[in-house]
Amino acid sequence: MILIDIFVGAIMLAAAAAAMWVRNLVSAVILVGVVSLAASFIFLRLGAPDVAMTEAAIGSALSTVIFLIVVRRTESHEKGPEVQR
Amino acid sequence: MKPLFSLVMLALLATLSLRLAPLLQPGEELGQVAAHYASQGLVDNRGSNLVTSVVVNYRGFDTLGEVVVLFLSVTGIGFVLRRRQGLVLPAPVPASELVRTGSYLLLAPVLLFGAYIFIHGHLTPGGGFQGGAVVASAVLMMLLANRDRHLPHGLLSWIESLSGFAYVLVGFVGLFAAGSFLANRVPLGQWGDLFSAGLIPVIYVLIGLKVGTELSALLDQMTHSAEPEVKREGSR
Repeated sequence: MILIDIFVGAIMLAAAAAAMWVRNLVSAVILVGVVSLAASFIFLRLGAPDVAMTEAAIGSALSTVIFLIVVRRTESHEKGPEVQR
Repeated sequence: MKPLFSLVMLALLATLSLRLAPLLQPGEELGQVAAHYASQGLVDNRGSNLVTSVVVNYRGFDTLGEVVVLFLSVTGIGFVLRRRQGLVLPAPVPASELVRTGSYLLLAPVLLFGAYIFIHGHLTPGGGFQGGAVVASAVLMMLLANRDRHLPHGLLSWIESLSGFAYVLVGFVGLFAAGSFLANRVPLGQWGDLFSAGLIPVIYVLIGLKVGTELSALLDQMTHSAEPEVKREGSR
């Protein structure tokens, strides 16, 4: 069973690293959402369903959407290499 | 200069973590307060959910602080977004058939699920914050499906303010009736019933309403922030 935890933790690390390296802001936001989703799964496995629900609802749903809204708003105003990083 | 600074900071952090790591061993047994919470939490409050018992009853005052923090941050965002009204954005692209149909299909169940989470906060995992967030995601789906829909901000701020006020009121009732803020001294009811655990479900419904309306108003403000709005509540 610990293999599942290691697997999900590896997904978390990979998504977090990819979120830093990827050039597209939308992909980065989605990857951060993946980190939150994996974290909520790990919370659930550790026996903390309350925290898992919070992480899934706030971390991977609402904040991802808020970031996406912000990315869309800012991209439509400032186009340049600095924004696309 | 900048990479060097980052490397120095990283090295400092690494040494600090290495020094602190041996101190952070998990304890063998619970502390006195934690042991009392763990053994008496379900007896004192007669809920089935120990986490809720701690969060809403023993640490109810801290939860009130959390609610205030959320309220202040949402108010701050509203304040910042209101200033950016001169921006001109292209008209919103209408949502596709798939998004619209899916949202309308899922809206009612997700809304109901959010309400279920915060009403059953004392019995099942979850509570006001989680339920409120789920309610807000249902509202978000509605906003995504219907791009030029505006939420009634006046109604939302009324619900939000009244539930926050009622939370404080419940706390003061405990202070004057039982001698401590948010004291849970009402009839506790049967174990496992919906109407049990004293004030916990009341407080969690209030928190759920408050968080749900706050986050919904925030999402509405963010999706419509750059459009000129004449009728906007001054209090938000």
